[in-house]
This record gives sequence, structure tokens and C-alpha cells, in this order.
Amino acid sequence: MLTYFSKRLLFMVPITLAVSLICFSLVHLSPGQPMDAVVSADAPAEVVELVRRAYGFDRPLPVQFGLWVQRAVQGDLGLSVATGRPVVLEVMGALKNTLILATAAALIGFPLGMLFGTLAGYFKGSLLDRLLTGIAVTGVSVPHYWLGMVLVIVFSVHLNMLPATGAGPGASTDWAFEAAYLRHLILPAVTLSVIPMGIMTRTIRAMVGEILAHDFVEALRAKGLPEWRVFLHVVKNAAPTALAVMGLQLGYLLGGSILVETVFSWPGTGMLLNNAIFRRDLPLLQGTILVLALFFLALNLLVDLAQTWLDPRIKRA
Amino acid sequence: MTRPDRYLRRFCAVILATAGLSFTAVPASAESVLRIAMTSSDIPLTTGQPDSGFEGYRFLGYTIYDALVLWDLSSADKASGLTPGLAESWEVDPSDPRVWTFSLRRNVTFHDGSPWDADAAIWNLEKIYNENSPQFDARQAGNVRGRIPSMGEYDKVDDYTIRFTTTEPDAWFPYQLTFLLFSSPAQWEAVGRDWNAFASNPSGTGPFKLERLVPRERAELVPNPDYWDGNRVPKTDRVVLLPMPEANTRTAALLSGQVDWIEAPAPDAIPRMRSAGMTITSNPYPHTWPYQFSMLEGSPWRDINVRKAANLAVDRDGLNALLGGLMVPAVGIVTPDHPWFGNPGFEIRYDPDEARRLLAESGYGPGNPVNVKVLISTSGSGQMQPLAMNEYIQQNLRDVGINIEFEVLDWESLFPNWRRGAADPSSLGAHATNISFGWLDPFAAFYRFMHSSMAAPNGFNWGALSDPEYDRLLDLARSTFDTTEQDKVLAEFHAKMVDDAAWLMVAHDVGPRAMSPKVQGFVQAKNWFQDIAPVSIAP
Repeated sequence: MLTYFSKRLLFMVPITLAVSLICFSLVHLSPGQPMDAVVSADAPAEVVELVRRAYGFDRPLPVQFGLWVQRAVQGDLGLSVATGRPVVLEVMGALKNTLILATAAALIGFPLGMLFGTLAGYFKGSLLDRLLTGIAVTGVSVPHYWLGMVLVIVFSVHLNMLPATGAGPGASTDWAFEAAYLRHLILPAVTLSVIPMGIMTRTIRAMVGEILAHDFVEALRAKGLPEWRVFLHVVKNAAPTALAVMGLQLGYLLGGSILVETVFSWPGTGMLLNNAIFRRDLPLLQGTILVLALFFLALNLLVDLAQTWLDPRIKRA
Repeated sequence: MTRPDRYLRRFCAVILATAGLSFTAVPASAESVLRIAMTSSDIPLTTGQPDSGFEGYRFLGYTIYDALVLWDLSSADKASGLTPGLAESWEVDPSDPRVWTFSLRRNVTFHDGSPWDADAAIWNLEKIYNENSPQFDARQAGNVRGRIPSMGEYDKVDDYTIRFTTTEPDAWFPYQLTFLLFSSPAQWEAVGRDWNAFASNPSGTGPFKLERLVPRERAELVPNPDYWDGNRVPKTDRVVLLPMPEANTRTAALLSGQVDWIEAPAPDAIPRMRSAGMTITSNPYPHTWPYQFSMLEGSPWRDINVRKAANLAVDRDGLNALLGGLMVPAVGIVTPDHPWFGNPGFEIRYDPDEARRLLAESGYGPGNPVNVKVLISTSGSGQMQPLAMNEYIQQNLRDVGINIEFEVLDWESLFPNWRRGAADPSSLGAHATNISFGWLDPFAAFYRFMHSSMAAPNGFNWGALSDPEYDRLLDLARSTFDTTEQDKVLAEFHAKMVDDAAWLMVAHDVGPRAMSPKVQGFVQAKNWFQDIAPVSIAP
């Protein structure tokens, strides 16, 4: 197990480097230049050149990348080109907000997905199965953006019950576990939860269906075990798969909520990435992607370890 | 409330009450707070020279800081003129029109209590223009230097007088100085000579002080009770500025009572906002939404008949209806009531038959259409509704025999291309670009686009337009210091430019804003900038 763990940790190094290099290359391949974020279009060529020098963008690209890596391994992700603030502080502040949102979405989406998936799988072919599968397919298919807007129109504009935007009545730095802030969390969390809910439902439904066809289930029933005990065995066998899917989905929730965060003006990593992309803020973009990639890798590792612990049949050597 | 609404509300109330959440609104505090949703995605730079275009100047420039010369934003009826700011008066030397002397306002202090004087003024100029000065800030320099093209030398005459020497005689220099805002040298020292630290604790001389800055989330301004212009001491206790780049989010925030004022509401939501009792304000301001033509070899726009045909093919009234009445049809760069409009012989109107005739005269017809490529954006500051508007124009032009192919870029790519010009590879061989702009002064309105010296990479003459008569008239206007005479020259230039159909003129924006009925005292000036100091909030 220790060897496996160390190996996985070592693998993270080339993966992280590759992610950073791809991100760096994509920014330079896309139209526009990093300096466009800082210099207004009115600025004459000599001012653009001056600012490029000041930020080190006049150096050859491999040198720029090398310097960035050198600083990053020491924990310094540089300064945002657009705002001049340290990228580490920007990303950590946003990550906290995204974690709050992702946790809330996971708390809604995962239990519902597990419940719906297990029920649909257990009663495969029934009306309940069709209903729950329908909900799951809708959840996966409906665009986040659209659902968020509809929820805002109904609950904020029409009914005036929940706030439409922001992380709370004050700034997110004041966030507290209290009603005034939780009210702001409801709509974005519900919006964000529908995709993991749908994916979990479909995966667990398929898994439960497969497990029910196994011989051991037949044997349990033949031994006269009550149906609820059989159900528990099925659920236990589906757990490692559910855990793997949850791990992946949590990773997506952390990095993939750009649209939801923009619709609700939620100051998380999605909105930070959105800003960084549109302002060609290379250090911020690289820093955010690096932190998210590391988070994703660490999460996957944890899930893999937890799977081994849950299911001894899975050997990690 | 309708019955389904009631049931839905009850249902939701039960669900949320079960979760133990309170529905009671956050108690209103005694202080009056004006909450404004901006279109930018971050809080504009607060160190003195804001980024985020003119919205940055509007909310975090002229609120915290002052310029030597300010815009008079007190009238909704007449075009905004210049008014003394941190300079009480200024004059140009008759013997050398490159030399300007500015008398600084006395008894003005920065928010930190330090005095405003010639030393502070020169320190700020060094911040922008002297790369070797300790206070030089590349970001602020990048934001403002391009807006003051005539800046040459500067020096202190006495404690309350400074002198500028421009690079060439330039009657428009005072307009350019409206963009140069002054930060406190003492505060910069106090925060450890660090502009990033200064951004969180800035100090200017403006009517508001920045009390709190949470990056990407909010900026909170409180009144400066000692502001030097007693008439502009703010009437609200606090202004909260919130970045909300998404138009639908801003609209929802206003309708749900989370904010009191939104910039640029979604046009299709305006009837809904009106029915909810919101106030929609608008006023034409110096803004033009055109197609700027390429005059490079091979461009179909080199033929005046094609340019005139395009101008006659656009149904601007139809476009106005599409935008819910939130535009003014453009028949020139400036509006016909402006002193620079002149008396053009060519009338820009909707006349597709005449457009077809002109195209036929140049050998174009149904079997031989004009084919052009145009750079457009999906969104952007001042771009109004670019996709819907461009599709409408594409349809109009196709009806007369001009086929448009669009190269759609994001705003952040299209805008920097402006200075790179039509010949640059990033223009992708396009024959026109669609970038709207402000024409606050003659340099911004005409010179930077139509003087041959402003061709890429020097200015925004994107299409390399070159006409000796344009150059002559613009040079003459720039060196005519008598305003009435200058207006006459500019009117002559503008009339000629319309007669040449130099661009495709489409629309002027009216700067729509939506506000809660509680917002009182707002006067929407005919300007990109607005004064929020006189605005109050009814309880």
C-alpha cells in the first residue's frame, strides 16, 4: 500500500507539469496577449513594450515557463497581471468559496443520486424506475446556465424568497454558517447538484442491476434471507463504485462550475477562471489550474485508497 | 399574486422552514446605502488610474479621485462641458501654444489629510511618465498614457502652479487631462511604497473615500465630508459597488431587491422591470456604433458607391425597434444637433433602391454581389447587442447585394486588434471592424481614426484611411484655440467625412440604466461618466 501511495504521489509531478505546460501553451496560442489585461487599447506601442518588460513578458516563452515553475515549486504562484494581487491569495480565497458551494451541492446531489439510483436499480423496469431515470436524464441534460436562470426567475424575481446573486449579504470573507448566508447558497447549490445527482443515479442504477444478477444474491435469497438484508448486501457491493463516481464528481464540482458561479456571481474558482481567461491573466490562470489539478489528483488518490479499504478485493500493490 | 404562485410559495416555505432557515429579511440598518451592480467582472483598479474602461473611471475613478479638469455632469439636457477640478484655471501661452499653465486649487487635502499642491501634482506625473521614479507604476501608466497623446514635459512653477509643454500645439489638451487622476504621495509612503497595498487603502481628493475593498466582490465608498466642492458632498451614507458581468443576473438582482441600481439592463427585461415599478433612465451620449472600413488594396470599401450603398441599406428604425427603442440612429459620427455635425450633402437614410442603383453603377448586381468580411465581437463595453445587431445588418445588406461574412471574436481579442490595423494577421483579412467608441473630445471623435498619422500601430486608423484634406482640416482644428472657430473647422471635416461615407454609421447608444424607485436625485448626463454624489436613497 505504501509503495502504491508513493508511486501515485510521484506520478503527480509529471502530471502537474504537463497540466501547467498545456495551460501555458493554450494561453499563448489563443488570440490576444497577456498584456491586453493591463494595457488599455489606447496605449501606444512603447507603453505596451514598457509594461511587457515590467511584467517579464518580453522574455522567450521557455524562459517564462521555466521561471514560473521555479517559483511555483517554492509556493510562489506570482502576481495576477490584471490586479497585481498574489495569485496564491486569489486562488485560496476563491477555493474556499467553491468548496462551500461544492460541498453543499454534493450534500444535495450525492444522497439523492444514491437513493434514486438504488431504487431505480432495485425496481428496474417499474414505473418508479422510469420516473427516477427520467429525473436523472433531465438532470444530466439540462444546461446549468438555463436551470440557474429559471430558478432565479422563480424564487428570486417572482416569489422574492431567495437572493439571486452573491455569496451572502456581505462579502464572502465574512461568510458564516448562519441563515443569512445559507439563503444565498441554496439556489447555486441546487443548480450545481443536478448533474452529479443524475450521473450518480445512472451509475448506481446500472451497478445495482448488475449486482442483482450475481449468483450470490440468488444464494442469499435461497437461504431465506429477508429482502431488506439482501438489499443491504447489494448496497454494500455497489459502494466502491459509488465512491469512485463521487470522487470524480466532487472534482468536477470544484473545477467545473464556471457557468453557475457566473450566473450567481459566486466568487469561487469558476468565476476566477472565467475572469482570468477573458483578461488573458496568465499567472492567475496557471495558478488556478495548477491548484485545481493538484486538488483533483489528491482527491482521486484519496478515493482510490478509500476504495481499497472498503473493498479488499481491490488490490493496490 | 396568482393562485399557482401562492401554492408554490407555500410549498417552498414549508421546505425551507423545515431546513430551519429564516425568511425574514436582513434588518435594514439606519444608514442609507446605495447598491450598484456594475458590468465589469472585477472591481476596477483603485490606485488612481482605473482599468475596466470608462466604467472604471465612472465608479472608482471620479468618485475617489479628481483630475485637474473635470466634466460638468450636472445637466441632462446639454452636452457636458469641462469644468475646473484640481486646477482652478488654465491658460495657453499665446507666444508658444505648446505651453499650458495650470493654477492649482488651494485648501484641498487628500483623504489622509496631506495637502494637494504642485509637489503632489508633479509626483503623480512622475508616477506615470518617469520609469526611474520610485513611485512609477506600469499598470497606471498603461491605463492612462495612451489617453494623453500630447503630453510632453511638465514642471513646477510655484507651490500652486504647474506648467505643461505639449509635443505639438494641441487645443484639445485640457480634454485629455480629464483622464489624469491624482493619488496621495503621503498615503503611498504610509502603506510602505506599495501600490498593491495602496489599492486597498487608497487616498485621493474625490467626494468619496474607499472604506472597504474585497477583490472581485465589492467596493464600499463612504462620503468625504471635507470635499472641496460643497455642492458635491455625497448624499448617501454608503455606496456599495458590486461587479456583475451577466446582464440577466443584474436584472434579477434588481428585481429581487438585492441592488438599487444596475448598469446596462438586459433590453428584453425592460418591460418586466417597468411593470415592477423600476425606473429606466437613458440619455444619448457621445457614443457611436459603426463599421470602420479597410481602405487597403483589394477592399471593396475603396469604392465610394459601395460605402454609400451600405449606409443606405441599413434600416436603422427597424434596428431601433429590435433594441426596444434603446438607440438613436446614427447619421454621422456625432449627432445632427452637435456643433461638429456640419452640413453634409449626403443624407444617410434607409433607401435600398438607391443602394442597389449605386452598386449597379459600380458593376455589382444580383449575380455579382459585394463580398466582405467583418470582425465582430460577442459582447463588450459599449458594443450594445452586437450579435443581434450584426445579424440584422447582415440581412439588410444582403437585400441590396452586399454579402457579409463575420469573423466573431471575443471582445478581449477584438479590442486590441483595433490598434494593430487591418493589415495585421490578427485581422484575418477582414474588410471592416465593428468597435464602438466614445467621442468626448475631437481627438477621440475624429483624429485618432481619420488622420493618416494614426494608422497602425500609432492610433486607431484601423483601415489605413489617408486623405490629405482630412489631415489638413484635423491639423487645423487641433491648432485652433478659439473654440468657435475650432467647431467650424470640425463641422467642415465632419460634413466631408459623411459625404465620403467614410464608415458605415449605425447607432448611438443611450446608456440605459435601471433603478429602484427609492433612488432619487440622479441626473443622467449626456456623458460616459455620471455623478453619483447627489444621489440619495429614500427610506
